[in-house]
Amino acid sequence: MRVTLKLYASLSDHLPDEAKRTNEWPMEVADGTTVGDLIDRHQLPKRLVHLVLVNGHYIPPASREAHPLVENDVLAIWPPVAGG
Amino acid sequence: MAWTRKILRVNLTDRTCASEPLNMEWAHDYLGQRGLATKYLASEIDPKVDPLSPDNKIIWATGPLTGTMASTGGRYSVVTKGPLTGAIACSNSGGYFGAELKFAGWDMVIIEGRASSPVYLSIENDKVELRDASHLWGKTVWETEGQIKSEHQDPQIRVSCIGRTGENGVLYAAIVNDLHRAAGRSGVGAVAGSKNLKAIAVRGTLGVGNIANPKEFMKVTFEKKKILKENAVTGQGLPTYGTQVLMNVINEIGAMPTRNHKDVQFEGARKISAEAMHEPRESDGKAQLVNNQACFGCTIACGRISKIDATHYTVVNSPKYWGASGGLEYEAAWALGCANGVDDLDALQYATMLCNEDGFDPISFGATIGAVMELYEMGVLTKEEIGIEAPFGSGKALTFLTEITARGEGFGKIIGLGSKRLCEKYGHPELSMSVKGQEFPAYDARAVQGMGLTYATSNRGACHLRSYTISSEVLGIPVKTDPLTTEGKPALVKAFQDATAVVDSTGLCVFTTFAWALSDIQPQLQAACEGDWSMEKLDLMGERIWNMERQFNNAAGFTRKDDDLPARLKTEAAKVGPAKGLVSGIDKMIPEYYDLRGWDTEGRPTAETVARLGL
Repeated sequence: MRVTLKLYASLSDHLPDEAKRTNEWPMEVADGTTVGDLIDRHQLPKRLVHLVLVNGHYIPPASREAHPLVENDVLAIWPPVAGG
Repeated sequence: MAWTRKILRVNLTDRTCASEPLNMEWAHDYLGQRGLATKYLASEIDPKVDPLSPDNKIIWATGPLTGTMASTGGRYSVVTKGPLTGAIACSNSGGYFGAELKFAGWDMVIIEGRASSPVYLSIENDKVELRDASHLWGKTVWETEGQIKSEHQDPQIRVSCIGRTGENGVLYAAIVNDLHRAAGRSGVGAVAGSKNLKAIAVRGTLGVGNIANPKEFMKVTFEKKKILKENAVTGQGLPTYGTQVLMNVINEIGAMPTRNHKDVQFEGARKISAEAMHEPRESDGKAQLVNNQACFGCTIACGRISKIDATHYTVVNSPKYWGASGGLEYEAAWALGCANGVDDLDALQYATMLCNEDGFDPISFGATIGAVMELYEMGVLTKEEIGIEAPFGSGKALTFLTEITARGEGFGKIIGLGSKRLCEKYGHPELSMSVKGQEFPAYDARAVQGMGLTYATSNRGACHLRSYTISSEVLGIPVKTDPLTTEGKPALVKAFQDATAVVDSTGLCVFTTFAWALSDIQPQLQAACEGDWSMEKLDLMGERIWNMERQFNNAAGFTRKDDDLPARLKTEAAKVGPAKGLVSGIDKMIPEYYDLRGWDTEGRPTAETVARLGL
């Protein structure tokens, strides 16, 4: 299935060059892939995986490992950030 | 004692300057800055006064920790009755001016009356005088600061001043210090302009040597700085990316007010985000962002210093804008960009520089342009009236309208009235995205329900900084709450409002609270200030300050009906994103909020509440 991984702020360093100007990384993944699987597969440092959204909805830390992705899901991840 | 215990009272009508002792009883109940200055203002003016009349007063106020070695201890507030709203106005600025005022030996400067011709106030420690400013009238903020420093032959003078918009009565004119730090909201600059007061210039060499327990203060401020450094947000996120990092976050959750709140996501958000500011551009291979910058005593350093693309159409013939200057913050980027559908990063940088150069609030200005563009697309406003074709998304319209507002020319005079008056003038009051006449900041109340209540009940009109529940509802600080529900939000908003009222009265920056709780500030106050500064006292003080501001507004004529949101947010559901199908639940939250506050159904503090808070 097709999903999109979005990485922002310092996590942008983990994007391939062609995705760096959009922060969007479309990819094919196996059915049943979870949020935790994608985080592990791309070796995202756990301390930087802070704000995790699927289609804009917050995924709490305890649910990330098992949260299944479905076709066309957008997984967006930020390190600890704030503003105002 | 961290206060200097001295107030400077300046009567512009009589041209007198006098020193008087700070009311220490009030200082113990209202601390400093926002709380204490509001206490003075509320005690000295009629809440029904015309904000632009000589009978209004305007106060520059530091807090007890301003100028000390506490991290971020450089803040000052400007407190007055605001012309944009008619409500209490309190705008807070960083930079170096606040600390300098303290070093000169003053906790507060109270300005009264109206000068018969332009003046500026010069303060060198105890030497205080009103000086002629006729030659500065008509000058920008940047010109004024440079000229005052040159005339005094002292580059270390700090200047807090207005630009041309403050002189021209732009109702959201700001007061700017250190070139691009601003007491930005609610039109405090217009009040200064109405008094013919161009600037306060201050040089202080007395330091702050009046800490109650210096050893303990050094120890505790060091410990608390360590928390800021080790916290991922205040130690890394904010210094590296600034507030602009929120652009993609807020867009992703579908809470980005777009095209005058018609939409909740902006397709161009990525192009004007923190990430875009870091990218090399085509023209010269350099990123727009040059560096980060800290205010006095700040160990976070969230400020942005940027360089515009010198080949951009706005500046290609204006070298004065090519150098490093104050860069885009999230609120400015939102208001100048998303609110108008403009995704040209350099057009936004140009507009934000003009806001700094001539001292006007980019939030209210940008949001007003959003209303102008909607009226243009509806056919209510025409190219002939505006001076340019102004559809949503036009960077050229944005930059043109910024220029004429800065200069006070043509249609810029109408834009300077703010969206409420502008939309009323053209027969569409419903298109003003504001509360109490002040425009919304950068979070959609349909997708972040707590912010709707924050805006509706903010004592200075729509504002995010009175209770920044984004921390909890979006970022999970201190705990994550669901942004889509109204449940629990009245209590959350009240807690944020009361705590922020204290922080805004200390002399510290509210951004510390991404890492600190009020309990981290309490021991710093306890070490700096004599007497009891327990958490219980601070909690009560926050509530007291909030209710005092509320009482001022009630006496000024505000009622329950003013604690409301525009119909658009209550009837037009979000079209996409997590909040798709949702409107603001403001009507459900208000009664519970009033109840928690100890107010009657009309939003007035009950006699019991007034007595409990010692008001």
